[in-house]
Amino acid sequence: MKPANQQECDNQAERNLREFLKQNLTRANTELPRDLWPQMLEKLSHQPAPALWPTHVPWFDWALAALAGAALLVFPGIIPALFYHF
Amino acid sequence: MDLLERFASGDLEAFETLFRQHQRDIYAWIVRIVRDSGIAEDLTVETFWRIYRSRARFHPAGSFPAWARRIATNAALDHLRHNRRETELPGDLPAAPRPDSAVTRDTRHKIHQAFQQLPPRYRLVATLALIEDEPYNEIAAATGLSASLVKIRVFRAVRMLRKTLTAMGITTGAAS
Repeated sequence: MKPANQQECDNQAERNLREFLKQNLTRANTELPRDLWPQMLEKLSHQPAPALWPTHVPWFDWALAALAGAALLVFPGIIPALFYHF
Repeated sequence: MDLLERFASGDLEAFETLFRQHQRDIYAWIVRIVRDSGIAEDLTVETFWRIYRSRARFHPAGSFPAWARRIATNAALDHLRHNRRETELPGDLPAAPRPDSAVTRDTRHKIHQAFQQLPPRYRLVATLALIEDEPYNEIAAATGLSASLVKIRVFRAVRMLRKTLTAMGITTGAAS
């Protein structure tokens, strides 16, 4: 925990800096100058969003799936156990 | 099916409706961070592009504006990280009817340099808190940080800014 006077000093420093910035800068103009939908459409047409379902599956995922399939073939007794857990 | 459900299932018309409803808010939030209207426009489109790509992860029961603002903040932060030398802090501000002496211009330039030297994650919270007067809880919601962590970052940014400005010969107040 900071001593109370140090805390007050920090708060004062922040207030001073805020005041200083207020004197020298103005807040940003937040008015949107134009409708951006045409730009959005252009971006959508050039970069179609990826499909919700992955079209490319990395090779190691295929390898894992093959291993899991092989395990099920070699040890079919684990299938009921898997059903039980899922 | 309501609008958000249709959007989450990939309906482009629903996305357009959401875009038109929220583009102003998203732009306004981003321009507060990057302070350049051209960059803010590009980042608004980028934000909605990310929103569209992530639509399957959106829960229609959740708050779309809060989710969108979080994505916008991340897009703006990515911009600050990758373009540290390009974004002008006071460059896109509205022309204020105030005496613009050489001293003031020099001071603004030094403030700009001091902000440029902040690490992006500090610059983001410092710009929003110190220049734009955004409440800590708003910044926290948009960044995914806790309000106390935002406060700590603002405090550290204040220290860094004061140190840099002092080294440039500018004093910001009596407190040390």
